[in-house]
Amino acid sequence: MSTVTKTTNIAHDHDHGHHDQSEIKSFGFWVYLMTDLILFSTFFATFAVIGKNYAGGPGAKELFELPFLFIETMLLLVSSVTFGFAMIAMKQGKKQQMLSLLVVTGLLGAGFLGMELYEFVHMIGEGAGPDRSGFLSAFFTLVGFHGLHVTFGIVWLTVMFIQIVKMGFTTGVQSRLERLSLFWHFLDIVWVGVFTFVYLFGLI
Amino acid sequence: MNSSTRKKGIGILKGMLFLLTAAILGGCKKMVVLEPSGPVGEQQAFLIKVAFLLMLIVVLPVFVMVIWFSIRYRASNKKATYKPKWTHSNAIEAVVWGVPVAIIIALGYLTWDSTHKLNPYKPLESENKPLKIDVISTDSDWLFVYPEYNVAVANQLVFPVNTPLNFRLTSGSVMTSFFIPALGSQMYVMAGMQTRLHLMASEVGVFRGHNMEYSGNGYAGMHFKAISTTDAGFENWLKGVKEATDTLTVARFKKINAMFHQNHPVTSFSSVEPNLFNTIMMEYMQWMHTPEHGEMEMKHGTGPEGHKHIHGHGTMH
Amino acid sequence: MLGKLSWSDIPLHDPIIMGALGSSTIGAIALLGLVTYKKWWGYLWNEWFTTVDHKKIGIMYIILAGVMMLRGFADAVMMRAQQAIAAGGNEGYLTSHHFDQVFGAHGTIMIIFVAMPFIIGLMNIIVPLQIGARDVAFPVMNSVSFYLTVAGAGLMMISLGVGEFANTGWTGLAPLFEKEFNPGVGVDYWAWAFQLSGMGTLLGGINFVVTILKMRAPGMSLMKMPLFTWTSLTSSVLIIFSFPVITGALTLLTLDRYLGMHFFTNDMGGNMMMWNNLFWMWGHPEVYIVILPAFGIFSEVVATFSSKRLFAYKSLVWATAVIMILSFTVWLHHFFTMGNTVNVNVFFGITTMLIAIPTGVKVYDWLFTMYRGRIRFTSPMYWTLGFLTAFVIGGMTGVLMAIPGADYVVHNSVFLVAHYHNMLIPGALFGYFAGFSYWFPKMFGFKLDEKWGKRAFWGWMIGFLVAFMPLYAVGFMGMPRRAAHYDDLSWQPYMITAAIGTAIVGLGIACQVIQIVVSIRKRESLVDATGDAWDGRTLEWATASPPAEYNFAVVPVVGDLDAFWEMKENGTAYKHYPVYADIQMPKNQPYGVIIGGLALAFGFAMIWYIWWLAIASLIGIIATIIISGSNDNDGYLIPASEVKRVEDLRFDRMKQAAKEEENEKSSKEEVYEYSDKNN
Repeated sequence: MSTVTKTTNIAHDHDHGHHDQSEIKSFGFWVYLMTDLILFSTFFATFAVIGKNYAGGPGAKELFELPFLFIETMLLLVSSVTFGFAMIAMKQGKKQQMLSLLVVTGLLGAGFLGMELYEFVHMIGEGAGPDRSGFLSAFFTLVGFHGLHVTFGIVWLTVMFIQIVKMGFTTGVQSRLERLSLFWHFLDIVWVGVFTFVYLFGLI
Repeated sequence: MNSSTRKKGIGILKGMLFLLTAAILGGCKKMVVLEPSGPVGEQQAFLIKVAFLLMLIVVLPVFVMVIWFSIRYRASNKKATYKPKWTHSNAIEAVVWGVPVAIIIALGYLTWDSTHKLNPYKPLESENKPLKIDVISTDSDWLFVYPEYNVAVANQLVFPVNTPLNFRLTSGSVMTSFFIPALGSQMYVMAGMQTRLHLMASEVGVFRGHNMEYSGNGYAGMHFKAISTTDAGFENWLKGVKEATDTLTVARFKKINAMFHQNHPVTSFSSVEPNLFNTIMMEYMQWMHTPEHGEMEMKHGTGPEGHKHIHGHGTMH
Repeated sequence: MLGKLSWSDIPLHDPIIMGALGSSTIGAIALLGLVTYKKWWGYLWNEWFTTVDHKKIGIMYIILAGVMMLRGFADAVMMRAQQAIAAGGNEGYLTSHHFDQVFGAHGTIMIIFVAMPFIIGLMNIIVPLQIGARDVAFPVMNSVSFYLTVAGAGLMMISLGVGEFANTGWTGLAPLFEKEFNPGVGVDYWAWAFQLSGMGTLLGGINFVVTILKMRAPGMSLMKMPLFTWTSLTSSVLIIFSFPVITGALTLLTLDRYLGMHFFTNDMGGNMMMWNNLFWMWGHPEVYIVILPAFGIFSEVVATFSSKRLFAYKSLVWATAVIMILSFTVWLHHFFTMGNTVNVNVFFGITTMLIAIPTGVKVYDWLFTMYRGRIRFTSPMYWTLGFLTAFVIGGMTGVLMAIPGADYVVHNSVFLVAHYHNMLIPGALFGYFAGFSYWFPKMFGFKLDEKWGKRAFWGWMIGFLVAFMPLYAVGFMGMPRRAAHYDDLSWQPYMITAAIGTAIVGLGIACQVIQIVVSIRKRESLVDATGDAWDGRTLEWATASPPAEYNFAVVPVVGDLDAFWEMKENGTAYKHYPVYADIQMPKNQPYGVIIGGLALAFGFAMIWYIWWLAIASLIGIIATIIISGSNDNDGYLIPASEVKRVEDLRFDRMKQAAKEEENEKSSKEEVYEYSDKNN
């Protein structure tokens, strides 16, 4: 108590510097990721409940092809690795290397999205669209929602690319890149869940 | 406000007061949930009263303390003890945690016991042979099919007193909830699913039945008379129904179902298309035609049943 | 160009709707006219609409809640009037179709657009002050949260005159809300209004969790946080765990309705009970989201006005935490009558009852805070005492309905309606009113008029009892909820009584409006120059009323639970420093108002299938987010000299007021003059 009362007459301001700010932002972003995870869990739970309601339509075995999925999955996993290297490059201040790794990451992500879109179009063409059965509704929603996240990830990545070119590695840019990298790895983890839960379990 | 409107206002007020007293005095028997006319409802009324008394142990002291503390410790009463830093007492804490815990343990036991006893899926014990009734709801009507007699009625339920009633329920439309307050338990009614309910009347009388789950514009009018009568009265009524000209086929049901939001008049049907109940349920069960058909069976329990009763229906009962 | 929208969607033929629409339009035009005439637009835009100051955002939240409460109450009056009349052959003055929209609108408005903004508003104003922070963690996001809620409220108001509202209650009813049974735009209005405000709330929840966990003043450990901050934290944690579920569930419903998917449909593999499960996995925690902070307010009020430390603080904190966790384990009690297995019903019945234990403990802890205190009967204390007595009745009926066997006969009857109003009106709303009058001097620098405040309380308290006690009785008679008309005449006297009760509540609301007007007029005599209007205990009273935009000239150091009380005891309160430091504050930003406006346009476009507008506004939202996210330099510096000027002014005013009070006091002997007057 005495320490409190002994506060000096000159007002010390415990103002938060940039370090504190970025720590608060990073913590906030973790909390956001958690809410996003709950949102994904809602769709996973939905899939668990109605994922076998084929309503006379095609089931998982008729629709999914493992080799195709394997390539799709690898694209996303490798993109996570390249993003990791990009972040190392950032820490070392290698701007050019960072930028090219970001381009590779973005292209891999786009490749993943392209394959997903191809799969969707193909399925809809075969009459296995999201309105065909409860199973397909749940499938398109869960996988599509992940795809939407990847799309936003790519948009964000593009914005960050421009920011690095224009602003360089400012504190703000660096802290945003940290969060983007969290986001990107998060999508990877969710995809592992989707792959296992929707595709592998469906094929077994 | 001039005097004539004031008089009118007082008149209205007097009228309301009269209505209210009349309702409270004459209304005792109207609290059908607390004074029911069947064994299920009686157990439930008893349960409500016991739980209520138990809870008074916690609730009454609150009223007393609010009044007592407010008067005793008002700021102007300088004679009362004032202990601004007193924040803790193990004895008080033990009581305020202990007593509610004890009561909830008692209520928890009551819950466990009563929920098993009042399981709506459990057939009722009686010397009399149960009567099977299939309930099919639309968004605004009730159809009661008597499979043992091959007759049906829309929006009226007639049954003999002291006879267990074994209901199967399904919907041809939105979700509804089947409830006859004087007899006890309500049950949801859902398309593509079958729920069950067991009730019995111990008195002859005319009771209200109502849909409790909002189902669209026809909801408010979606009530019916549940008539408990003697065995002879029931036989008589059956004879009357057998003479009706209308018959209940799937096509006829679809016509009623398509009368969106309109309450159908009470109608008797002298015959019913075989398996009507199952046909209507099947309509919404295309999902069961799956490659992994077997997995979808709900093997145990009393949950909303899927198709397990459809196939062997005849043999199951 | 305009999607499904045409002139025929405006219900020109309905005199009731057009009357309501006409009067609110005239009111809005008059208001806009006044603002234009007085040339307030610039001031409003610069100081309020674009503000990122948590106090101003909080005040705007409360204004939103107040306006929506009037609308929600109008709906309540319509329902009560209808049910008072529509007995026997009488169909009442509302068509079934209209009545069915009214009960959905009433519920949605009261929960989503009254309770939520009211409590989030109070949290916004008070939490940073109680923890000694300059602002919330993410001030711009705070403004976005607010405007998303406004966008949702905007859709609610538009639904009054353009198209229709959902007839599926505030909870949504599967499969009735599917396109097959509900092809109109009503359900879409409900879903988008709900979705937009839900997203705003979710962002707000993240904001408060981070603020409370990361930005507390030095010395304030978790167990030294005031209870309002504690309950705000638990409420925010509930928000971040439960709101994603409703966001997801509403998305699924939207996909069903817009793309013909089969989540909650009758056929093709949908599962209607999944809606009930998802909805109540959010819905039950939501009840505690609105009630827990009210419990926090009662804790603050009861300690302050008993001039005594809170009894069993630790017990209260633990009880709050237990309620928070248990609230996720009880959702199934909303549909015991679905035909679950016995043991499922038993499990959820008992978990539900368990919540009664910590709740009961809280009630007793508040009572023992009063014990051996010196109770001042101000209007916040009135609301608290009213709450204590009325709430236990609701708790009792709640435990009753937690017993599945008993629930089977009262579920979905007006008994249920009486029960949850019995929880939410005394439990949540009385708490907000208590908080509003308690913290009003903190927000504006003068107290509310006590006489009208107490009248308002009696109006609400008596009105509530008269309106809802009869519903318990009619519930035991088996009357279903949501009935536009009924044929059993013996219910009518009770429904008439309930309508009278609503009228009495209306008087209470009128008193509240008068109270505010009277108080503004008498603000000179109600002024509080000290910043400590009630002899308070927690940090928010340590600074000026209203606080400067930086809240605290010097971030306080906390040594005790009742931090400010301790400072007053030690004589370290009201420290006037000779020198101050510069203060960095966030700059006002228009992003919130832009995103809110675009979200409103997006929601409206989706409801009416105006695809070009939906796409354009969505792109606009994304662009705004990118621009605001790229903006690093969003703060500005308040120079030390300016801080000194503001603080000096405050202390001058305080000295002045102290002198005046001294003069006044010498003529009176009693310190607690107002409590005497009222006893």
